[in-house]
Amino acid sequence: TDVIIESSVGYFTEGPERKDDIVKAKQEGKELTKEEKQRLRKEKKQQKKSKEKKDDKPSRDSEKEKKPASAASPAPQTPTQPPAQKAPSAAPAPVPVPASETPSAADKPAKSKAELKAERRARQEAERASKGKKGDVGPQAAPGKPKAPPSELQPVVKRLPEHVQVDNPEVLKKLAKKLERQQIPLRSDYGYKVSLFSHLHQYSRKAPLTQQLGIPSTVIHPAIVRLGLQYSQGIVAGSNARSVALLHAFKQVIRDYTTPPNEELSRDLVNRLKPYISFLNQCRPLSASMGNAIKYIKKEISNIPSQCKEEEAKRKLLNCIDCYINEKIVLAAKAIAKYSIEKISDGDVILVYGCSSLVNHILCEAFEKNRKFRVIVVDSRPRLEGREALRRLVQKGINCTYVLISAVSYILPEVSKVFLGAHALLANGYVMSRVGTSQIALVAKAFNVPVLVCCETYKFCERVQTDSFVSNELDDPDDLIVTRTGTTQLEHWQEVPSLGLLNLVYDVTPPDFVDLVITDLGMIPCTSVPVVLRVKNVDQ
Amino acid sequence: MPGPDKETDLTERIEAFLFDLNRGGSGAGPLRGSAETARETTALLRRITAQARWSSAGDLMEIIRNEGRRMTAAQPSETTVGNMIRRVLKIIREEYARSRGSSEEADQQESLHKLLTSGGVSDENFRQPFAALKPNVIEAINELLTELEGTTDNIAMQALEHIHSNEVIMTIGRSRTVEAFLKDAARKRKFHVIVAECAPFCQGHEMATSLSKAGIETTVITDAAIFAVMSRVNKVIIGTQTVLANGGLRAVNGTHTLALAAKHHSTPLIVCAPMFKLSPQVRRLSFLSDFYRYCEILSKVNVHCPVFDYVPPELITLFISNIGGHAPSYIYRLMSELYHPEDHEL
Repeated sequence: TDVIIESSVGYFTEGPERKDDIVKAKQEGKELTKEEKQRLRKEKKQQKKSKEKKDDKPSRDSEKEKKPASAASPAPQTPTQPPAQKAPSAAPAPVPVPASETPSAADKPAKSKAELKAERRARQEAERASKGKKGDVGPQAAPGKPKAPPSELQPVVKRLPEHVQVDNPEVLKKLAKKLERQQIPLRSDYGYKVSLFSHLHQYSRKAPLTQQLGIPSTVIHPAIVRLGLQYSQGIVAGSNARSVALLHAFKQVIRDYTTPPNEELSRDLVNRLKPYISFLNQCRPLSASMGNAIKYIKKEISNIPSQCKEEEAKRKLLNCIDCYINEKIVLAAKAIAKYSIEKISDGDVILVYGCSSLVNHILCEAFEKNRKFRVIVVDSRPRLEGREALRRLVQKGINCTYVLISAVSYILPEVSKVFLGAHALLANGYVMSRVGTSQIALVAKAFNVPVLVCCETYKFCERVQTDSFVSNELDDPDDLIVTRTGTTQLEHWQEVPSLGLLNLVYDVTPPDFVDLVITDLGMIPCTSVPVVLRVKNVDQ
Repeated sequence: MPGPDKETDLTERIEAFLFDLNRGGSGAGPLRGSAETARETTALLRRITAQARWSSAGDLMEIIRNEGRRMTAAQPSETTVGNMIRRVLKIIREEYARSRGSSEEADQQESLHKLLTSGGVSDENFRQPFAALKPNVIEAINELLTELEGTTDNIAMQALEHIHSNEVIMTIGRSRTVEAFLKDAARKRKFHVIVAECAPFCQGHEMATSLSKAGIETTVITDAAIFAVMSRVNKVIIGTQTVLANGGLRAVNGTHTLALAAKHHSTPLIVCAPMFKLSPQVRRLSFLSDFYRYCEILSKVNVHCPVFDYVPPELITLFISNIGGHAPSYIYRLMSELYHPEDHEL
C-alpha cells in the first residue's frame, strides 16, 4: 500500500475527521449533502478495493515493469489485465507515483471539491464504458484518477490499440481469443516485414478474410461481409466513402434486427455490433472517421429509452444515422466549398494530390461558379489514385495537367496554391493523410507556395503522433512489384532474404508546413484543432 | 591506300558513335552508363588524334571541336561527351605549352596574375608544329583512359571512411557508383539501405535486387514515402548525372525532393560523382525542357515527365570523387584545373 498511491488516499487519512462530520450530521438529523454522500460511498469502495489490491499488487507491479510506455500515463490499464477486473477497476485506478503522497495530503482540502467533480465524471465515464465498450478493440478512454491540478479537463488516457502492438505476443493471443469468442477468423500476416514496422500488421490482398468464412455466415450480417470484402480489396477507399458505406451497412443491420426476448434493444444491439466491428477491423484497420461514426452510433443506441417500442426505436436510429451523414459529410462539404471558393481566384494554378472527394467537390463547385483556374494533379505509385481524380475533373471540363510525385519540384514554380485532403487531424496539429502529402507540403514550403488542407470536423481525432512510424497501415507489399513497362524486377522478392518492400498508406504532416485548415466551422490554423475538439466535447 | 582508308574508317566510327548516342538517349538502344560513354568518347578522340590529318595543335583542336559539337548535338543531355572533349582540348593545350618550353607554373599563375596585367585574351594561336606533339598527346590521353577506368574503384575505396555500422542509408534510383560504394562498405560493416524506387522507370528496383544479392539489408519504398521515412535515415548517398560548375547537381527526377527532405531533418547528403561528370555548365533556365519522355497522353490532359532535377548546392553536404572528398563550394576550383576557360563553349 505504500507504493500504490491514490490521490484519494488523502481521504483515508482525513477519513476519521470527515466521518465525524458525517456522523454529526446524521445525528443532528440534517440531510447529508450530495458530496458527503459521495464521500461515504467512496470510502466504502476504497476499503473494499484496498483488500483486493493487496492481493494483486505484486502482479500489477511486474506488469508495470513490462510496459514502460503505459507507465507514463496516470491510469495504466495494462491489456493483460483480465477483462473481468475492468469494471471495478474502472473507477479510480492507482497512480504509480510514490512521492506524491505528502503533497496530495497537504493540499487535500483545497482540491477536494474539484476532485469530487472529476471523480463523479470519471465514474460516469466508467459506467458508460463498462456498459457499451467491453472488449472493444479501439482506443478506449480509460477513466483514471486525475492527479493533475483542478482543471476541468478529463483524463483521457487511451489504452494502446491492438493494431499497433503486433510485436507483443500476449496482445496477439488476447486478440485471437476474443475473435474466437466472436467466431470471426483471424487474418494472418504476410511477407517479410521491415524491422522498423514490426509492430504493425501487413496483410495480402490475395487472401481476404471472407475466404475463411462459411456460407451462409450465421454470426455476421451479409451486408457487413460484403463491406469487409470491399474494404480489403480496396473497392471502397477514401475516408468519407468508407464512413458512408459503413453507416449504410449499419442501417441495413438495424433494419434486419429483431430484439430477442428478455433483452433490451439498447444493450443487445450494441453487443450485436461488436463482432461486426471486429470483423471490419480485421479486414482493414478502422479509420479515424469510422471510429468517430461508430462512437456516435453506439451513443445513440445506448441512449434509447427502455420503454421505447422496437419499431419506433429502429426508426429513430435510422433517422439519426441519416442526420449524421447529412450534417457531417454532405452539409459540411457544402460549407467547406463555400469557404474555399473565396480562396480561389481567377488565373490560379492549383495543385492537388491523389483523390480526395472533398477537394474534388470544391474544385467542381468553383468551376461551376465560373472561376478561371487550372489544376495540376499529382499522383504516386502504387495506388495511382490521381487518375481517378483526373478523370472526374476532366469530365467537368477543367483544364488539367498530370505528373508523378517525383516531378513535384519541377512543376511547383508554376503553382499558386496547393489543396490537400486529410484522413484525420490529430490533436497536436499534425495532419494525417495519404503517404506523400507531407512531401508535397515540404516542397511547397520550400517554394513559398501556400498549402491549404480541407477537412470536415468529424475527422478530428484525439490522438497525438509526431512521426509516421508509430501508428500506420502497411498495405500489400506485392503492389510495388508491377511496374509500368511490364518489367517485373522484384517478382521473386520473397526468395531473397535481405530484401523487403514497404508500402505505407499514411503519413503525418507537421503543422508548420500547413498554412490553413478549412473546416465546416470556418478557416482555422492547424494548431486550433484541440480547441475544436474541446468545444465538441463540451457540446456533447 | 592507307590514307583514305584510314579516313573513311575514322568517319565510319564517328558516325557509328553518333548513332549510338542518339539511340541511347531515346531509350530504344542499350542504356549505357556514363562511365562507358566517357571511355568510348576518349577512345574515339584518341583515334581521331592518331588517324586524322593535322599539322599543328590548332588544327587538331579545330577538328576535335567540330566533332565535339556534332557529338553534343546528337545527345545534349549526355554531358560526359562534352566533358571528355574539353579534357582532351586542355591536354592538347598543355602538351603544346610544354613543347614550347614555357613552364607549367607560369600557366597556372595565369588566372590571378595575368588578370591584372594583360587583361586580354592570350594570343596563342597554336600554329607552331611540333613533331613530338602527337605521341605526347596520345600518351596523355592514355593516362586519361586509365584514370577513367579506375574511377569507380577509387570512389568505392573511400566507402569505409563514411559508413559506420548499423546505419540506415537512403538512396534513389540506380547509380553504379553508389552500388559499388555500398557493396564495398558491406564487406566489412553491417548496415541497412532504403532505396526509393524512382517512378516511372523504377530503376530503384534493380538497385535493390543487386544490393540484396550482395547481402545488404535492403528495403524498397515508393517515392511518396521519402519524407515519411527520412526521420530514421542517417545518411543519404546518391549518384548524379552531372555536377554543375556552381556545385549544384543535375540528377535523376525526385532528387530535389530527397535533398529537401534531408535538409529538413539535417541529414547529410553525400554525392558520389567521378571527376568526368564535372561540367562547366551552369543551370540554364530552360534546362529541364531538353529532355522529356511523354507518357500516355489523353486528349485533354497535359502530361509532364521530366527526367532530371536540379539540386542547388546549399542542399549538398559532400562530394566524393575519385580524387577524394570535397565541399560543394570547392567545385569551381576543381573545374579550373580540368578545363580551360576558353573551352567552356565548344
